[in-house]
Amino acid sequence: MPDTPLTSLTAHALLDLLHGGDVTPTEAVTASLRRIRALNPMLNAVIAIEEERALARAKALAATPDRSSPLFGLPILMKANICVAGVPTTCASRILQGFRPPYSATVVERLEQAGAIIVGMANMDEFAFGSSCETSCEGPTRNPWDLERIPGGSSGGSAAAVAADMAALAFGSDTGGSIRQPAAMCSVVGLKPTYGRLSRYGLIAFASSLDQIGPITKDVEDTALVMEVVAGLDPRDSTSASVPTPAYRAALHRPVKGLKVGVPKEYFVGGLDPSVDQAMRQALTVFRQLGVTVQEVSLPHTEYAIPTYYIIATAEASSNLARFDGVRYGWRASGTTVPEMVEGTRGEGFGAEAKRRIILGTYVLSHGYYDAYYAKALKVRTLIQRDFHTAFESCQAIVTPTAPTPPFRLGEKLDDPLAMYLSDIFTISVNLAGVPALALPCGFAPGQLPIGMQLIAPPFGEEILFQLGAAFQQETEWHRRKPTAMDR
Amino acid sequence: MTYEPVIGLEVHVQLNTATKIFCGCPSRFGAPPNGQVCPVCLGLPGVLPVLNRQALASGVKVALALGCRIQPTLKFDRKHYFYPDLPKNFQISQYDLPLAFDGVLEVPETADAPRVTVRIRRVHLEEDAGKLIHERGERTSLVDYNRTGVPLLEIVSEPDLRTPEEAYRYLQVLKQTVEYLEVSDCDMEKGSLRCDANISLKAAGARTLGVKAEIKNLNSFKYVRAALTHEIARQQEVLRAGGRVTQETRLWDDAREATAPMRSKEYAHDYRYFPEPDLVPFSLAQDDVEAIRRTLPELPLQRACRFSTQYGLSAYDAGVLTSEKALADYFEACVRAFGEHQGVREGDRPSPSAEEDRREGTLGAVPGASASERRVRIGGAAKAVANWVQGDVLAQCRARTVAIPALGLPPAHLAQLLGLIERGTVTMRMAKDLLVQMIDTGEAPPSLLQRLGLAQVTDPQVLKAAAVAVIQAHAKAVSDYQRGKGQALKFLVGQLMARTKGQANPELAHEVLQAVLQEQLARQGGPNR
Amino acid sequence: MALAADQVRYVAALARLALTDEEVARFAAQLGDILAYVGQLQRLDTEQVPPTSHAIPMTNVFRDDEITASLPVEAALANAPQRKGSFFKVPRVLEDA
Repeated sequence: MPDTPLTSLTAHALLDLLHGGDVTPTEAVTASLRRIRALNPMLNAVIAIEEERALARAKALAATPDRSSPLFGLPILMKANICVAGVPTTCASRILQGFRPPYSATVVERLEQAGAIIVGMANMDEFAFGSSCETSCEGPTRNPWDLERIPGGSSGGSAAAVAADMAALAFGSDTGGSIRQPAAMCSVVGLKPTYGRLSRYGLIAFASSLDQIGPITKDVEDTALVMEVVAGLDPRDSTSASVPTPAYRAALHRPVKGLKVGVPKEYFVGGLDPSVDQAMRQALTVFRQLGVTVQEVSLPHTEYAIPTYYIIATAEASSNLARFDGVRYGWRASGTTVPEMVEGTRGEGFGAEAKRRIILGTYVLSHGYYDAYYAKALKVRTLIQRDFHTAFESCQAIVTPTAPTPPFRLGEKLDDPLAMYLSDIFTISVNLAGVPALALPCGFAPGQLPIGMQLIAPPFGEEILFQLGAAFQQETEWHRRKPTAMDR
Repeated sequence: MTYEPVIGLEVHVQLNTATKIFCGCPSRFGAPPNGQVCPVCLGLPGVLPVLNRQALASGVKVALALGCRIQPTLKFDRKHYFYPDLPKNFQISQYDLPLAFDGVLEVPETADAPRVTVRIRRVHLEEDAGKLIHERGERTSLVDYNRTGVPLLEIVSEPDLRTPEEAYRYLQVLKQTVEYLEVSDCDMEKGSLRCDANISLKAAGARTLGVKAEIKNLNSFKYVRAALTHEIARQQEVLRAGGRVTQETRLWDDAREATAPMRSKEYAHDYRYFPEPDLVPFSLAQDDVEAIRRTLPELPLQRACRFSTQYGLSAYDAGVLTSEKALADYFEACVRAFGEHQGVREGDRPSPSAEEDRREGTLGAVPGASASERRVRIGGAAKAVANWVQGDVLAQCRARTVAIPALGLPPAHLAQLLGLIERGTVTMRMAKDLLVQMIDTGEAPPSLLQRLGLAQVTDPQVLKAAAVAVIQAHAKAVSDYQRGKGQALKFLVGQLMARTKGQANPELAHEVLQAVLQEQLARQGGPNR
Repeated sequence: MALAADQVRYVAALARLALTDEEVARFAAQLGDILAYVGQLQRLDTEQVPPTSHAIPMTNVFRDDEITASLPVEAALANAPQRKGSFFKVPRVLEDA
């Protein structure tokens, strides 16, 4: 097992060395690439390794005398649905096989301008449709804590890679929990920012009104650090917010005494795995010890969140995926007429879950069904958003589990899509309401299976998340543990 | 059983913004294939649209000119269908909250037809698609996406039209109105103006409308009229034979002069409209709308009315001169220039500005005496200008296949030419020839006259010498004249004109010749016996 | 309750998705369950509730009418599965026009 201390460092610790010149970008990148090559056969977290590109960038960076850029030389991974110019960005789907975008996402541009070096593209559920990273056309990613279990999804590759120290941090995307749930299942930190906080330009869309790009990191300090670089208005994204980016790191050391957190009573009804339940209780105790008031709140429309989500998300997904037809890029089936070619391309190029969602989404938008499903769901969404608004009148943040169970086994839920959807219960409302949420490690179930809690804040309340998260990580050691399942 | 045609038209106008509706690619026509595309208009994975504010402003301008109500909060929707020229396989358009609604377009009466009032149901913005090219003999088609994302304004009328001729006139007035706003080239050949027609037949006396057919592939206003005429006949035949008209889309085939149903099943559509999540809603403040309203130019019908009252032009002439904004602008610039020319020459103050003219015209009531005096004076000048512009100037445009602004005949030059005619420095005939030279060289008339030596001959000495020469050459005509034959004088005047290459002033020529003849007569001692 | 197979086929056709018979049968059953599940929204009275299309309310985001660089033609065509010169090439489109 390669023992490279560089790779085990948090981003902020590694950056201290890079800024100080104690470590060169080339050394950092080389260490990262070596670890990827060593562990990826086991984990399948990375589906495109960009060695040449990364080393070239490292060399170029090293040639400049100025080492002060915020992410100078930091090796990072991007989820395979975030466009990196010239790099295969396939959404882990056959239909985008070979697609190299001629442009980079805004977030990628900001990261690279800040000195970060992309070492590869991380595995994911195909088009982000999934909660287990099992629908990828490149094969599933395995959880570094237990190779027979899922890492969570859809940003399973990003989370597993960070947990396995393949990169200093990674980026994923979150539509219904796809950053937070894998972060929790891999014992790393994942943030879904407020809708509009980060630009979506260059994120290959799943559900446009729910998607956000977000960081997956080893600790909350890294989250705050990288968010300062990527957050902010993007004129290329009409839905990006013109809210100034705070100096997020200032929130890391603010005392939390006196803050109020709410615990939604609807989230703690029966069905919660006992290990998750226990880990949550422990976490709440920690907060109380820090002087935080913990009280009950209500999110009355919780039970309608999943149906609402699956109508809106699949409707938007079916629309966003209409462009994949073999005409301009990606997979093309044979066919003597265009309709034949298009149907064949989409039939051959999409996996089962993608097809299922496209059909469901098309159905709920179709003539005669629009009002009963889609229009109805948009109204229920209002009710769900109002629930959060009301709850935040009596607390500054809400605490919940991230996933109802620890990571389950590969293949366990693949044949039952509805069962898979139901596991999104704690994360999904957040996207519907557009509020920010942070997942962070808070314990383990027997067998070293990670459990993560979720902190939710009002719109543009990322600072509160960092404040509470950092305080929690000062008091606990969960986030410092490293997986050992890969040691043989 | 008689049937009444019920016709509605959907017109798409390409806006002439510098860039496309949702990205910064140029929206120029004629660039090399796929040389004017970017990730956004190519619909690449991950891209997002951002609305061009000028497209919205131009759309509002058209909506206001059509008397529409502007939607307080408008939004965009996705309209889904699969076609290779549509990169996202949905078009960003507007569904239930379009830019504007409830407008009206008046189609003025003509000699043969009464006025028609056509209600405008809605005006909305959407993006254009790309172009498909089908090469002869190939089993493949080619796609050029330069046109995707060019802003389109769709103008939908209520089915208020009753005849193909009304439809034709509606299209002319609509095109003229939009062209006046300078927001589009309105060129059907270039595809910046397109029309689809909806037509059904209503049984006389029936309260419900018949089944309608949609007709596409109408590439000129004439085709629209022809296709509707054909379709009316076709539907009548179906109904009279006891059949039912199918609701379908038909294409006009000009070669066969008939409509035929579309072959492809593309048009059995469920567009699955839903609100475009990548674009936010747009709310126009009253102030913004009013600011745009203030930029509206005088519209064609108003301007034609004013031309009649202010310049004393016939309805026909006013109609011709206002048929295009550039022409109307040119005409008025020439009138002003001519007035100034005359005014300066006579030492009077120059004619009022076009703004004053316009305001006076639209005020209606007769202002003070000086204004009406001005109007009379301008009226006289205006008629002369009108004749020239409608006549020779437009003829030159046609001959050279250019529009007036590209002709190269500044209003000041035309004014000077008219001044020369008025003062008798040139004849009408000469002026027409001079006009051609003026356009060819771009020179002003006086210097051109100078250079070519084309000044009308008015010098009495020159004329007298020519008259003497004519008399010596045509003794018989002279003796005819002396015997009292008036015809002979005309002949001699003609000869004098020919001798001066047509440059003699006809009246002077007549006078001088008569004088010389009388002189000769006197010398000879009175008329011959 | 499962969807009817021809319902699945109809929707798949709208979405230009070729499905095998096995997929049609499988999806008919699965989608039936999912639709029944999401149909529970009907229990809620939303008569007076406005829809939320955008999570964070915003209006009037524009760009100026100024030209920005287009892609070089080669970049635009770089991912084309088939091309001819500067055009994307597709099977013959049955055009009526």
